[in-house]
Order: sequence, then structure tokens, then C-alpha cells
Amino acid sequence: MSTASARTGSGPRFAVPNIPRILVYVAGLLPAAWLFYLAFTDQIGADPVAQLEWGLGLWALRLLIATLCITPLRQLFRINLLRYRRAVGLLSFYYVLMHLSVWVVLDRGLDLHAALTDILRRPYITIGMAAFVILVPLAITSNNWSIREMGGKAWAKLHKLVYAAVALGALHFIMIKKVWLVEPLVYATIVLMVLGFRLAWPYTGGRKKARKTA
Amino acid sequence: MLIRNAPDLTEAHVTPREAYLDRRRFLIGSAGAALGAALLPAAAAAAPLAGIKSPYSTTDKPSSLSDITTYNNFYEFGTDKADPAAYAGKLTLSPWSVKVDGLVNKPGTFALEDFVKHYAIEERIYRHRCVEAWSMVIPWLGFPLSEVIKRADPQGSAKYVAFETLVRPSEMPGQSAFFPALTWPYVEGLRLDEAMHPLAILATGLYGETLPAQNGAPLRLVVPWKYGFKGIKSIVRISLVEKQPATSWNMENAQEYGFYSNVNPQVDHPRWSQATERRIGAGLFAGRQKTLMFNGYADQVAQLYSGMDLRANF
Repeated sequence: MSTASARTGSGPRFAVPNIPRILVYVAGLLPAAWLFYLAFTDQIGADPVAQLEWGLGLWALRLLIATLCITPLRQLFRINLLRYRRAVGLLSFYYVLMHLSVWVVLDRGLDLHAALTDILRRPYITIGMAAFVILVPLAITSNNWSIREMGGKAWAKLHKLVYAAVALGALHFIMIKKVWLVEPLVYATIVLMVLGFRLAWPYTGGRKKARKTA
Repeated sequence: MLIRNAPDLTEAHVTPREAYLDRRRFLIGSAGAALGAALLPAAAAAAPLAGIKSPYSTTDKPSSLSDITTYNNFYEFGTDKADPAAYAGKLTLSPWSVKVDGLVNKPGTFALEDFVKHYAIEERIYRHRCVEAWSMVIPWLGFPLSEVIKRADPQGSAKYVAFETLVRPSEMPGQSAFFPALTWPYVEGLRLDEAMHPLAILATGLYGETLPAQNGAPLRLVVPWKYGFKGIKSIVRISLVEKQPATSWNMENAQEYGFYSNVNPQVDHPRWSQATERRIGAGLFAGRQKTLMFNGYADQVAQLYSGMDLRANF
């Protein structure tokens, strides 16, 4: 991956300041801290549980989309944020985990039987749960040791599952409400764009350049 | 949450409650309804409204006024639950007229003041169960729908009551949205015997005040044993009809919303269980409570559905 930036794009490279990764984690967790603060101080509206779920889920999707923007940014604009991708990906997993925990603990009141029934019977929950399950092995293997043990190729192949996770996440968002809403459709469109880019890229100039320098 | 202060307003700007009361008495007593309508302030602020206590009231603790008035589904003003409180203030509530037509011997179009003056306002503290599996307890003020129907003198062929909400896109942003959530006007309906049930009321207020716009002012239906969306808001038309009328959510998605929409913990919504509900205002750690058959009104209403398959007639 360290050579990836060298074989793409042309023109000037954007210099990205070298921020310590820990700051990415701290900044990434601020929205969650803010949401929990509002919920615990009763400032998040009449239904704090639903608002908390909603907010955490939305940030999970945003961060997941952000991880998928890193490659297009590099290939199209030569902005290299690769060194932050693991942090953003892990953050999105933490948000999914918080979203799921709030649902099980606060929304379902730790009624595991009811939660399991919902997971099996309610398509939008099944889909959300599937996205979570897919993200678990990705999160577990998001470390250098795993990359070494698995080998780069196998690791990269496994991590392509993030495409499925983000698609399921966007679908889960669309299906939650009783009617078609604009906001989930906007997110779905963005997801289609970041996924579509990966399909389209080999057929654009990108493929030629990639071949030439491969 | 954004709380706006208005420091430029002083006590002197507030109409004393007594003066308001007097004016309402004057208006209600006056025969000139058109004059009365002209005098009532547009989008009137909540005015005191007293109600006779009713044995139909629950002893459950009412939800807070702020929860009741800030957490609303009223898609004419937007699909977010905060939208109605944000946008409904623009709705012109006076003048307001209600049309009563269809299979009745005494049809007519009435100024709201003329429409409601015949009825004694009662306080009905009801459980309110939304189809989205949350609930509240709301101290409504209103009068039995049956009295309105009796006054209209229905003909023998009338079997159902159809209701219609105002269409006014200039004041209802959800109706002028590029991407409308529902088909307008919002319509609802009841079987005639359901409409005649003493628990079914038309509400004109809550918590001792006139109804806030986001809760369906100036006149809304409340049918406490049914999911909240059956309680059509801002009613402009009540028709007695022979055939089962179309209802908005049924038109939107017939798989998920039936005509009856009785609260029933045994029949799930396809996308969520109806077995339990979350009581709004109970707090972050309250968990869920069991949903009661017909929202706890089974003793009073179950006989309306005897012999019916409530899975088929959901």
C-alpha cells in the first residue's frame, strides 16, 4: 500500500499535514460524546433513546462513507489520507457498536429474546445486523499484526467486504422510516457514488495509468 | 435544543388570562360568527379552556406539555417530529370552517365557533399509542364525536364516517414539498359504530388550553384504542358515507396500515413488533412497557370487533 500513491494520478500532489492519529480518534469520538451528553442531560428531545440511536447510526454511516472516500480522493485528486483510513474505519465500527448497544440496552431494555426476534424477523434490523456482523472481522483485523499474518492480498480481499457493509448500512437507513425520506436517499446516492467509482475507475484513464506503472 | 428568549417582550405585552377568557365568552356568545372570526387573532396563542372531568379518563400520569407539543407526527409540516412545532405556528386557525356532508339530513358548512358551541367540553385523559411503538398520555379537551353525528342526523344508508384535513400548501410546508411524504389531503375514516363510541372524541384543546397547531388545531379526532395516525388533525370535512372510505396511510402502504389500525400487541407491524412500547418522557433507562390490547380500552371497545379476524382486519 505504501507505493499506491505513486502509481496514480498526475499533476501536483496535495501536501497533507501529518496529524497524530490519536487526534483523529479524539475528534472522531466527539460527536458521540456530544450526543451522550445531550441525552443524559435531557436536551435531545422528547424521545432521547430514539435520538441517540439515530445520531450514532448516522455518524457510523458518515464515517464508513469517509473511509471509502479516501481511495477516490487519492486517485482523482492525489490527496493522500491513507494513513488515517484505519482510524476512520475503526471509528465507524465503534459508532456501529454504540448504535447497536443503545438499541439493545436502552431501546430493547436488554430483552435479548425480543432483540433476537427483531433481528430475525424485521428485515431492516436484519440488514443492519448483517452490516455489523460484516464489520466485526474487519475491525478485528485492522492492525499491522493481522496484515502480516494474513498476507497483504488476503487481507485486502477480506476488507473489500466494507463495500457490502456500507451498502447494507445505507439500505438499513432507508428502511427505518415509514415513508421515503430525502436524507437516507441522499446518503444512498453518495454510497452508490463511492462504490460506483470503484467499478468505473479501471475503465477510465485510471486503468491505463495503473497498468503503465504496475 | 435551541431555546429562544424574547427579551423585548414584557409583562405588558401579555393579554391577561381574564381578558382572554372574557373575549372568548363574548365571541362564543355572539351570534355574529364572521365578526367573531375576524376578531380572533390569526394563529391564536393557546387560550384557557376548561373541561368537565370524565370517567373515561385514565389515571396514568399525563406526559409533559413540552413532550406532547414538541414530538409530533403531522406530515403536512414535515416528516421530522420536531417539524410541526417549528412550522405549524404559521397556520391560520381563524377563520376556520368545518363541512358536514354526505348521507346526512342536516348538512352544512359551519364556522368553527358555530360548530363547537353546541357541545360541553370534557377533559379526557387518554393513552396515546403511535404505530411506531411509542406512547404518551394526553389530557385532551373535547366532546364526543357521536354528538356531532347525531346532530347531523345521519341517513339509514350511512355506514362510515370519512374525515379530511386542510390543504393549504402556502402554510403547510410538507404539502408544498418537492418530495411529498403522503397524498394530500390527509384522509381518515371510521366505521359508524366506532365513530359513535363514547371514547371517540373531537378534541379542541389539551392541558387546559386550546389545541396547539402542531397537535391538530383547531379540531382533531382522537380514537384512543387505535394507532395515533387514525386521529386526523386540523379537520375541515366530516362526511357520512356508505362505503369504507380511503385512508391516507392505507393508500401509502396497504401492507403495513390497514383501515382499522386498532392497537394490537399480537399483530406486528411488518417492520417492528407491537408487543411493547416506549413511554415518551419516562427517561433514558425506562426500557419498554407491554402494549395493551386496544391500548387498554378492550373492556369498552372489544365488542365492536367480535367475530372479526384482527389479523386480516388489521
